[in-house]
Amino acid sequence: MSPLLEIRNLKKYFEVRNGYLHAVDGVNLSIEEGKTLGVVGESGCGKTTLGRTVIGLETPTSGGIIFNGINLMTCSQKKRRELRKEMQMIFQDPYSSLNPRMSVQELIAEPLLVNRVCSSRAVYEKTADLMDMVGLAQRLASAYPHELDGGRRQRIGVARALAQNPKFIVCDEPVSALDVSIQAQILNLLMDLQEAQGLTYLFITHDLSVVRHISDDIAVMYLGKCAELCPSKLLFKDPRHPYTRALLSSIPVPKSSSRRKPRTNIIRGEVVSPINPKPGCRFAPRCPHATEACTAGDIPLKEVAPGHYVACVLED
Amino acid sequence: MAAASESVLLEIEDLHVVYQTDLSTVYAVNGVDIRLDYGHTLGLVGETGAGKTTVALSILRLLPERTGRVSRGTIRIKGRDIMTLPEKEMREIRGQTVSMIFQDPMSALNPVITVGDQIAEAILLHDKQGLTRVQVEERVEEMLQMVGIEPERKNGYPHQFSGGMQQRVVISMALACNPDLLIADEPTTALDVTIQAQVLAMMRRLQEELGTAMIVISHDFGVVAETCDFVAVMYAGEIVEYGTAEEVLDGNIHHPYTVGLFGSIPSLESDAKRLSPIEGLMPDPTALPPGCKFAPRCPHRMDVCTEQKPDTYLIGDGDLKIMCHLFGEGTGK
Repeated sequence: MSPLLEIRNLKKYFEVRNGYLHAVDGVNLSIEEGKTLGVVGESGCGKTTLGRTVIGLETPTSGGIIFNGINLMTCSQKKRRELRKEMQMIFQDPYSSLNPRMSVQELIAEPLLVNRVCSSRAVYEKTADLMDMVGLAQRLASAYPHELDGGRRQRIGVARALAQNPKFIVCDEPVSALDVSIQAQILNLLMDLQEAQGLTYLFITHDLSVVRHISDDIAVMYLGKCAELCPSKLLFKDPRHPYTRALLSSIPVPKSSSRRKPRTNIIRGEVVSPINPKPGCRFAPRCPHATEACTAGDIPLKEVAPGHYVACVLED
Repeated sequence: MAAASESVLLEIEDLHVVYQTDLSTVYAVNGVDIRLDYGHTLGLVGETGAGKTTVALSILRLLPERTGRVSRGTIRIKGRDIMTLPEKEMREIRGQTVSMIFQDPMSALNPVITVGDQIAEAILLHDKQGLTRVQVEERVEEMLQMVGIEPERKNGYPHQFSGGMQQRVVISMALACNPDLLIADEPTTALDVTIQAQVLAMMRRLQEELGTAMIVISHDFGVVAETCDFVAVMYAGEIVEYGTAEEVLDGNIHHPYTVGLFGSIPSLESDAKRLSPIEGLMPDPTALPPGCKFAPRCPHRMDVCTEQKPDTYLIGDGDLKIMCHLFGEGTGK
């Protein structure tokens, strides 16, 4: 089966005062229909830019985005606009992504009316359906966002994304602004919707336990590059890239033993600047195994086991 | 009791805090008891609005002046009741006996003063020995080195440091006067996970070296597990569960709310397909339910729960205490 979405050598550079900021720097990914690809990484690794570029909120510098077999970069604008309806996004912050002067009903009706999904006569019925679908009580229809808690606001965000019956949704940190008990409610909602409607997700997060829970495959990003890509379970069982290992061992474990356990592989240093980066592995300055080969040239993703890709010289 | 109080650094009894506005009264803290010995570390865990930060601000008497008020209860630091202390003496306690670090390091630092001068300010304010300029500078460099920043960077401004480094600077300011108690309010929430690991490891090392008592406020059980001997779980202004880190994090007996919190966290080990979150929302702090505050969301709710506030029961022969009617008969005292 061919994938629903394929990203080929995607690059997004931003022009800054002293050069180019390489936000996304040659990423190759693909997602099959009905699956979830998790993109995980720390601040500044380019995961949000990747999501925004895929959805068309940023114009890529180069590369291809193939949706349903059609390259969005080369097809006609009319076709692109049509396909874009099937791709939606859920934003991180349910506090700033909703217009505070619109009621819940108006917020959900907006994408329906703008895209003429249904007539203005049918719109109230359709909003009511969407509210049911995301678990918002009908009595909240005329409430304003400030009257609602973060979880309910995020449900509005989900309803707005679902308004045009999309096939594919980019979820950009949809639960990181929420408390854990609410976070779990939203994660369950997203998984239920996926099952009921066969949705495909690109799920962007910095939280490794969330990404493990929801994803079929995971891509680990570091400074615009994909460091490791493999099925979700495998990543936690057999992490190969030194950055993935460091990331996994950085998670504080909620067991009393973690206090006594010596922390051996805490990586030192911090993320270097993404402006005019040096060739080679981006992680090399912090990597305990770095050699000259790491900075000699770019390191491509290599299949080390079926479905398990790593970009590291150690795997040669 | 007199012998025991020698080792007690902080004692909070039946603390109630309200925020009063023209329109309503918010019951933020509703009867909290905390006892912390010298050199011990306590984790306060709970969700947004549980009252964790309000407890911390009450200890330093930094509640917002117009609205926040301790309506009942006492707080004693080193045996002294701080509720009645004049502001001048309170100012000496802040920074010297108890200091606090906040979630967002950038807003805790002055953007137009070099980090070295900001640390020096904390030292000079509490200086009783009449340190010379050179001695103060030495102390500043020592503090920076302690938190893993090269002393040469003391002339840098906060914006020249990354988030993790800024938090290190804030920690060094808080520790500059060797306080007996450090309150860390979500110290790593704004940081990335690899940087969080560095900062937590550093806090743990400093705690061991200096023997400072700590209260770590966090919504993340993992952060608390890394740093604390004792854990208190807060919900709607009450401590619903308290015990050693072993009892609360590894044990099998819990308050239903703690069970719900653990059920909400996706595990890195198990493969549960669905999470089991707590249904519903936290109660409105202006109109709290009369009985148990958690009763409206509790899967084990009984008739008594909605009518009567539960007592705190001592479970087993350790330190574990749970505020819940389920433990009212047989098991408890």
